[in-house]
Amino acid sequence: MENILEYLKEERSQEWRAEIRKSMKAKERTSRERVKMPEEDPNVRNKSNIEVNSGLPIENAILEAQRCLDCPDPTCMTGCPVGINIPKFIKKIETKDFLGAASVLKETNGLPAVCGRVCPQEVQCESTCFYTIKLKKPPVAIGYLERFAADYERESGKMNVPNVADSNKIKVGIVGSGPAGLAAAGDLAKFGYDVTVFEALHEIGGVLKYGIPEFRLPNVIVDVEIDNLKKMGVKFRTNFIVGKTASFDDLKKDGFEAFFVGSGAGLPRFMNIPGENYNGIFSSNEYLTRVNLMNAADPDYDTPVISGKNVAVIGGGNTAMDSVRTAKRLGADRAMIIYRRSEKEMPARVEEIKHAKEEDIEFMNLHNPLEYYADESGRVNRMKIQKMELGEPDASGRRRPVPIEGSEFYVDVDTVVVSVGVSPNPLIPKALADLKVTDWGTIVVDKETMQSSIPELFAGGDIVRGGATVILAMGDGRKAAAGMHKYIQEKIKAN
Amino acid sequence: MSKILEKEIFSKNVVKLVLDAPEIARTRKPGHFVIIKIGKKGERIPLTIASADAKKGNITLVVQKVGVTSGKLCNLEVGDEVTDVVGPLGEATHIEKVGTVLCAGGGVGVAPLLPIVEGFKKAGNRVITILAARSKDLIILEKQMREFSDEVIIMTDDGSYGKKGLVTAGMEEVIQREKVNLSVVIGPAIMMKYAALTTKKYNIETYASLNTIMVDGTGMCGACRVSVGGRTKFVCVDGPEFDAHQVDFDEMLARLGAYKDQELEAYERYLKTAETLS
Ligand SMILES: Cc1cc2nc3c(=O)[nH]c(=O)nc-3n(C[C@H](O)[C@H](O)[C@H](O)COP(=O)(O)OP(=O)(O)OC[C@H]3O[C@@H](n4cnc5c(N)ncnc54)[C@H](O)[C@@H]3O)c2cc1C
Ligand SMILES: Cc1cc2nc3c(=O)[nH]c(=O)nc-3n(C[C@H](O)[C@H](O)[C@H](O)COP(=O)(O)OP(=O)(O)OC[C@H]3O[C@@H](n4cnc5c(N)ncnc54)[C@H](O)[C@@H]3O)c2cc1C
Ligand code: SF4
Ligand code: FES
Repeated sequence: MENILEYLKEERSQEWRAEIRKSMKAKERTSRERVKMPEEDPNVRNKSNIEVNSGLPIENAILEAQRCLDCPDPTCMTGCPVGINIPKFIKKIETKDFLGAASVLKETNGLPAVCGRVCPQEVQCESTCFYTIKLKKPPVAIGYLERFAADYERESGKMNVPNVADSNKIKVGIVGSGPAGLAAAGDLAKFGYDVTVFEALHEIGGVLKYGIPEFRLPNVIVDVEIDNLKKMGVKFRTNFIVGKTASFDDLKKDGFEAFFVGSGAGLPRFMNIPGENYNGIFSSNEYLTRVNLMNAADPDYDTPVISGKNVAVIGGGNTAMDSVRTAKRLGADRAMIIYRRSEKEMPARVEEIKHAKEEDIEFMNLHNPLEYYADESGRVNRMKIQKMELGEPDASGRRRPVPIEGSEFYVDVDTVVVSVGVSPNPLIPKALADLKVTDWGTIVVDKETMQSSIPELFAGGDIVRGGATVILAMGDGRKAAAGMHKYIQEKIKAN
Repeated sequence: MSKILEKEIFSKNVVKLVLDAPEIARTRKPGHFVIIKIGKKGERIPLTIASADAKKGNITLVVQKVGVTSGKLCNLEVGDEVTDVVGPLGEATHIEKVGTVLCAGGGVGVAPLLPIVEGFKKAGNRVITILAARSKDLIILEKQMREFSDEVIIMTDDGSYGKKGLVTAGMEEVIQREKVNLSVVIGPAIMMKYAALTTKKYNIETYASLNTIMVDGTGMCGACRVSVGGRTKFVCVDGPEFDAHQVDFDEMLARLGAYKDQELEAYERYLKTAETLS
C-alpha cells in the first residue's frame, strides 16, 4: 500500500500534471455543473436496439475532465475495485491526450469500454469522489469519461495491442469466456503463456454477450476486445464444456499446466410458487439468451421468442431491468417491474432505473407474486400479487419486506420473466470431487492468489462470488493470473 | 464445425448422420446428447448420440425431420459442415442387466430410443421393443430396432401395419404375458403419460427420457424445466431420464406446445424456400 501511495505521489508531481492543475482555479473547477450524457429519445429507443447512451462529445469530455481536482489523496480510487489511476487518466483527457488516457485505463482494466458502460459507478468510484463526500455535489462523471477514452481509442483505429512477453510455451486453460476469463487470459498472454479459452456456448463473452442487451452494451465493443486478445495469441475454443467435452485430466494429459475457472453464475432461480411452469413464464436467462444470443426477435433467425403485450418482470436487479426493457422493445404495451422491496433497495444501477422509467416501464415496488394462472392451452394469462411493506433490516442490511394481509389482487399478463437471481454454475464442482465448495456451491479460493483447494486450479468471478459485477469478475481474473504465474514459476524452480 | 462423414437415408423423414467430433466421441456414454446449430442464424436443438467411435473420432445421430432445424440437418450432405456441435450433455443412461426390458417408442421418441435399446441388449437383457405410430408410413427405424431387440411389436392407430391399437395395448399384452423388470418409454408427452400409467398399474419401474424444448443445454436457461415428484428439474442437466411415474406429463405436454404456432409458420416458410431452391 505504501508503495502505491508513493507511486501515485510521484506520478502526480510530474510536470504535466502540476501544470494542468495550475491552469485553472479550483473554484472554477468546482463551480461547473456535471455534464449530461446525451441519450436517445426514450420513445424512439424503446422501439429499437440502438444504444441508449450515445457518449460524450469531445468538448464535454474535456469540460468534465476539468472538474476533477486531481486530489492529492484521490479517494475515488479507493472505490474502484481494480484501482484505476483515476486522476491520471482524467488529466490526460484534460490535456487532450485521449489515447494516453486510454492506456492509463488499460494498465489496470482490460475492458474499459465495457466497464465505462456497465459499472455501478454510483456505489464505486463516484461514491467516494471528493465532490460526493466533501462538497456534497454531483461527483465527477468518472464512468462517462472512462467510456469516452476507451471509445475514442477504439474509433481512432489506433487500438494498441498490449506487448506480450516471449512465449514460454507453457499451456494454461481458461474455463469460461466471461469478463473473469477474458481478464485472466489477457494477463496470462502478457506473461508469455500459451492460453486457450474454453467456452460452452457458441459465442465468446459470457454474460456480456448473452445477458446484457445491445441497447446497453453493443456486441461490437466486446468483439473488439476479443479480437485484441486473439492478436495477443489467445486461442478460443467455443462449444467446449470443460468437465463434459473433456475432463480436467484429459486436458492435463494434453499438456495444460494450470487452469482458471470463470464459469459464472449460470443457474437461474425460480420462486417455486404455483403455476410457475406455465408457458410464457421464463427465467431472465432464457428470455435474454433467446433475444441477445439467438437473435430471436429477428425473423431471419430460427429461434422463436414470445413477445407479449402484458409483461411482468419479477425482480429489481440489472437483469430485471434488462428483461423489462427488452420486453418493451419487443412490443409490450405494458411492461412492469414487480419488486418486493422499495426502489431504494433495488440492486440495479441507478441509471438503468432512470432509463427504464423514461421508457414507460411501470414499477410495482413493494409487490410480490403469489400465483400464476393459465388458459386452457397452458399459457399464463393472470397472476396474483400481494402488497408488501418494509419491516426490520435482514441479514443483508436491507429492510425485510413483509406481506400485507388481505392486499392480494390480480393482474392480466401474457408473459412473465422471473429475475430473482442465479446460483453458481454446478458443472465444474460436479466434475471435480476434490474441489472445495461452499454450501452455496461457490468455489472456495485463497483471497490473494485465487487458488482453489486443487493447487493447479484457480477461480474467480461469479463462480466464486455467487453473483457480482463485471469489474469484480475482471479483478479476480487478473489476481488469479498473477497467482497462476507465481504457482507455475515456483513449480518450475522446484523441479 | 463438424464435418458430415457419412449419411444414410433410413426413410423419407429419417436420416442417419456420422459427424466428425473426436472429443465428444471420446467422452460420451449411452444416453448423452449433443446440441447442434446450423448456420449463424440457426437455432440450437438437442439430439441423442446414437453411437460413437472413439478411435475414429466420430459420433452418429439419427434425425427425424419434424421442423426447420431437423429439416435443415437432414438435407445436409456428406462433406457439409454442421456449424456448432456441443456435448456430450445430460446424465448417461443407467444401463445394467435387469432381466427383461420393455422399450416403447413413438413419434420423435423413436430415434433417441435406439441407443438405449442397443445398450440394454448389449448388457445382456431380453429386450422387447414396441414401435407405435398413427399409420404404417410413420413407423421408422424398424430394421435397426430389430437388430437389437429380441422382439419388435408394431402398433398402428389405424391398423395399417402390425397390430391395431395404441402403444399401451401393446405394452399390456407383453406385461400380461411375461415378467417385465424395467420399462423405458420415449415419445410424445401424451404417449409417455399413458405408458407410465400402464406400467404403474403393474408396479414396473419405468424411465421416461424427456425431449423438452432446450436452448443452451447446460442448465443456464430453464427452458427445459419439468416437474418431477412435485419439484422443478432441468432436463438437460438432471435428465433427460426420469422416473416416469413421477413426471408431470400434462405440464410437459403444454410446455412442448409453447412455440407451436411460430414453429409451424417457420416450417412452412422453410418448406417453401426449400422448394424454390430445388
Ligand atoms: C442480464 C445481466 C445484466 C447485468 N448487468 C450488469 C451491469 O450492468 N454491471 C455489472 O457490473 N454487472 C452486471 N451483471 C453481472 C455481471 O455480468 C457478472 O457479474 C459477470 O458477467 C460475471 O463474470 P464471469 O466471468 O464470472 O461469468 P460469466 O459472464 O457468467 O461467464 C461465464 C462463462 O463461462 C461459460 N462456462 C460455464 N461453465 C463452463 C464450462 N464448464 N466449460 C466452458 N465454459 C463454461 C459460460 O457459458 C459463460 O459464457 C449483469 C448480469 C446479467 C445476467
Ligand atoms: C434430450 C433430447 C434428445 C433428443 N434426441 C433426438 C434424436 O436423437 N433424434 C431426433 O430426431 N430428435 C431428437 N430429439 C427431438 C429434437 O430435438 C426435436 O425434434 C427438434 O428440436 C425439433 O426442432 P425443429 O426445429 O426441427 O422443429 P420445430 O420447428 O422446433 O418443431 C416442429 C414440431 O415438432 C414439435 N417438437 C419440437 N421439439 C420437440 C421435442 N423436443 N419433442 C417433441 N416434439 C417436439 C413441435 O411442437 C412442432 O410441432 C431430442 C430431444 C431432446 C430434448
Ligand atoms: S476524488 Fe473526484 S475530484 Fe478527486 S481525483 Fe478522484 S475524480 Fe478527481
Ligand atoms: S436447456 Fe437451458 S437449462 Fe436446460
